[in-house]
Amino acid sequence: MRRQGLWRRLDAAARYAVPFGTLVAGLVVLGLNFGLPGQAQLRPVYALACVFFWSLYRPSALPAPAVMAGGVLLDLLGFSPVGLWAVLLLLLHGAVLALRRRLVQRGFLFTWPVFSGFAAGAFVLAWGAQSLLGQGMLPLRPVLTQTGFAVLLYPALAALFIRVHRGPAAAELA
Amino acid sequence: MIRLSVPFRQAVSRLTFPVMLMLSFGIVLIGRADQGISGALRTGLDDVLAPVYGVFAGPIAAAESGSGAIGHLFSLSAENAQLRAENAKLLQWQAVAMALEAQNNALKATLNYTPPAAPAFSTGDVVADMGGVYDRSVLVVLPPGGSPVPLMGAVAMDGRGVVGRVVEAGSRAARVLLITDINSRIPVALGASGAPALMAGTNGPTPALLYWAPGQPPAEGAMVLTSAVGGAFPAGLPVGVVHYDAQNQPVVLPLADLDSLRLLRLFSYPDNLPVLTPIPHTKAKPAAIAHHRKK
Repeated sequence: MRRQGLWRRLDAAARYAVPFGTLVAGLVVLGLNFGLPGQAQLRPVYALACVFFWSLYRPSALPAPAVMAGGVLLDLLGFSPVGLWAVLLLLLHGAVLALRRRLVQRGFLFTWPVFSGFAAGAFVLAWGAQSLLGQGMLPLRPVLTQTGFAVLLYPALAALFIRVHRGPAAAELA
Repeated sequence: MIRLSVPFRQAVSRLTFPVMLMLSFGIVLIGRADQGISGALRTGLDDVLAPVYGVFAGPIAAAESGSGAIGHLFSLSAENAQLRAENAKLLQWQAVAMALEAQNNALKATLNYTPPAAPAFSTGDVVADMGGVYDRSVLVVLPPGGSPVPLMGAVAMDGRGVVGRVVEAGSRAARVLLITDINSRIPVALGASGAPALMAGTNGPTPALLYWAPGQPPAEGAMVLTSAVGGAFPAGLPVGVVHYDAQNQPVVLPLADLDSLRLLRLFSYPDNLPVLTPIPHTKAKPAAIAHHRKK
């Protein structure tokens, strides 16, 4: 086995860190005050899209601890009970890994509805858990808007992720 | 790198997911059991992220609005249109003002009008004293030597409008009852027609308008001037502007800056003094007290 140089290893490590980096950086950047409508609701949408995409195409670069860390960060930045989104993102991660063989060969037009379904499920679960933990029915409207955001924004996010996937995150180019 | 045996590594990778899931559930339970932990974590995270946000917030604010050149460029045309509309409106008002001035001059000439002599006034600093019998009143410290004319009932004005009137006057200080006090009742004239009404203080920032003629409701934005009815005030001092509040009741927005009064001028109109409010500090009659004790 050929001994790798320091720069080579650094490059590989940086590429390996890109998926988790996009997750964390996106969550932080979405906290900036852009004045976008419904900006606070975009965070979980972004996290779901991120975890879905990277679990599907680069599972080695987004292991379960990273997913959990991202979920806890999302909970701390938002106002959901701490750990809730960690559980939901991990469930998504597990589901995608289980279905990976079937999903990874299909095109975007297949993964988009699949992601939409997962996102809707995650938002419903989040709503149910928050209603249970808060001991009161929360309004259902945010679930609908967030699902709508997820469905509509996934193409744009996927386009961005695909570029990252082929460029900075491509470990095979290191 | 630590070399691990292949089966061990496989076992670790297989176990990571369930362990992490259990951990997350544990975090949910812990956060549920002790709300303080999540609060402390959130605060800590905010402390860490605040400088990061600070670095980005400046350029974003500059680009979007506020002091930024880009924001100004976007609002430039809208601002221009607004200014043009305002300019047209102001030109119209200028014409109105000139017409009125001409009419006024003509009337004065016809009636052989002589303006009344300027009343004597003394200027004093406001001491931030809201105490005393009244809820809305200020104490004015008079210049040394006192006032040459009796100050009782003098009209207090700041730079813009009527503030109130003097209800207690000593040699060094005078107490001014503000127009917003609930005890304040001032006869006013509304708008160009001078429709009579009574401005009553409510202890709030905007005095109410009472007893206006049913046929002539106060118009929004109409000027409120003092009226000489009752003799307490000279006519024509600016007081405020009519406004309809959320309950659709006409109130007066005072012109005077009643929240931050610093210097007041106290105008004594000698002709108007005798018919003021009764002086509150007259002693009770001894006979009445004696009568009271007998019982």
